[in-house]
Amino acid sequence: MRGKRKLITLWRVIHTGLVNFIRNLSLAIAAMAIMVVTLTIVLFSIIVNYTFSHTISQITNKIDVSVYLKNRVTQSQTDKLISEIKAQPNVQTVQYLSKAQALAEYESQNSSNQQLLQAVNETSNPIPATIIIKPRNLNNLSSIKNFLSEPSISALQTDPPSYSGQEKEAIDRITHATNVLQEIGVVAVIIFAVVSVLIIFNTIQMAIFNRRDEIQIMRLLGAGTWYIRGPFIVESIVYGLLSAIISILIINASFQASSGTLQASSLGLLDIGYANSFFDNRFLLLLTIQLSLGIVIGAVSSLIATRRYLKFKTK
Amino acid sequence: MILLDRVSKTYSRGSKPSLDRISLHVDPKEFVIVVGQSGAGKTTLLRLLTREERQTSGKIIVGGIDYDKLKDREIPLLRRKIGVVFQDFKLLPNKTIFENVAYALEMVGMGNKEIRNTVPKVLDIVNLIGKEDSMPMQLSGGEKQRVAIARAIVRQPRILIADEPTGNLDPKHAWDVIKILEKINRFGTTVLLTTHNQDIVNRLKRRVVTLKDGKIISDRANAGYKI
Repeated sequence: MRGKRKLITLWRVIHTGLVNFIRNLSLAIAAMAIMVVTLTIVLFSIIVNYTFSHTISQITNKIDVSVYLKNRVTQSQTDKLISEIKAQPNVQTVQYLSKAQALAEYESQNSSNQQLLQAVNETSNPIPATIIIKPRNLNNLSSIKNFLSEPSISALQTDPPSYSGQEKEAIDRITHATNVLQEIGVVAVIIFAVVSVLIIFNTIQMAIFNRRDEIQIMRLLGAGTWYIRGPFIVESIVYGLLSAIISILIINASFQASSGTLQASSLGLLDIGYANSFFDNRFLLLLTIQLSLGIVIGAVSSLIATRRYLKFKTK
Repeated sequence: MILLDRVSKTYSRGSKPSLDRISLHVDPKEFVIVVGQSGAGKTTLLRLLTREERQTSGKIIVGGIDYDKLKDREIPLLRRKIGVVFQDFKLLPNKTIFENVAYALEMVGMGNKEIRNTVPKVLDIVNLIGKEDSMPMQLSGGEKQRVAIARAIVRQPRILIADEPTGNLDPKHAWDVIKILEKINRFGTTVLLTTHNQDIVNRLKRRVVTLKDGKIISDRANAGYKI
């Protein structure tokens, strides 16, 4: 019996909240607009962040370490070195290029630069024999580095090993971009979240003001705190839920638009194809995150507003 | 049923008390009229009883509830035991007559079926059958006040407090309202009525408590109006 009464009361609180939401729609639109912006930024940041980490791991695969051998290194020394490198824990594959192979590789890489090729061909092959190592984990290159810089091994090398320059640079750029975007994203999310809370707070405050007579009557008739407060909280949770759905729709629509116009699958460093598939594959998770954020922002701001403006204490 | 022991209320420090050491005892099923000029403390007295205000000193016990021991979250429960009728009716303008009365039941979690059974019975007591679907603005002052009474008694409170319920009504409608209060009192509800209306006091011949400057200056049974 008591449980049933509580259920009926809960339903009435929700129902009143929904009715008030519709009555209050003109005020609600402002509150929802700012919340949509907030939630869209959150969603965008999540997707961009994951896409960048994906791009980084893609490029990481292409990274390798080149070891340049002195001309006097014998074949048996080379074989020994290769087997030692293979024994390293972080080494995935090892490839050996003889001086001739290395020169051919160098020529094909620089086929457009005739002057350079000419200069190379005028001397007797200046390109050293090379061992190319693919590491398993790029972030843990130090073990390979340490091994290669041991005196007995560095004695065999003409130059310090190179960590395939261009791709390393690309990774650094993307990592940097990701970090900057993360920072901007966090700051933007915080600013907009605070603004949303303030605006919803204001909306609820006005709603309380508009209904002050009704609230006064409810109190005198003995309505409980939550019977009065509940509908306001339901109302602002509805703002949150609708804003979350709208933000998802906006992101979805922008993917639709970009896949039509930008046939190229990447926009600068941002791999739109991956971003789109990430959005599709994780749709439910993203929707849940958005809905819960919407609920939290709505509930927090209305809890504060009702606490502040519906004074429940008697003097 | 109502017990006040040397109750005082001062609104701001240093000012003259609105109620000055009032002691009053009202038995169950009694009908008590509180009279006095504006500013005599009638409204303050009622606001203390509904716990819109807290007394500065003294003891208030209503229906066995000691107001000193009442926590803020228990105030709604107290108010559900006391029916209150106001001079300005305080009906919800966007709700029909039926909904206004049902509202008092909805907030205590009564089911819709029970509400549909209960409301017409109460509207019958206040002679408003047939007005269920009207809006408050379509009713006369007397009818509005009867809706307010219906709302106050629908939860069967043991005490009904009526604060100048006839203040905005012409004599005929005023008397209709008073007759309904008498009817409710006959059913066993304690009634506390404040009024200015000399004619009503004289015709009712009930216990009259007279307030002046925050003090009780007379308390007589079967009395007429005299300030």
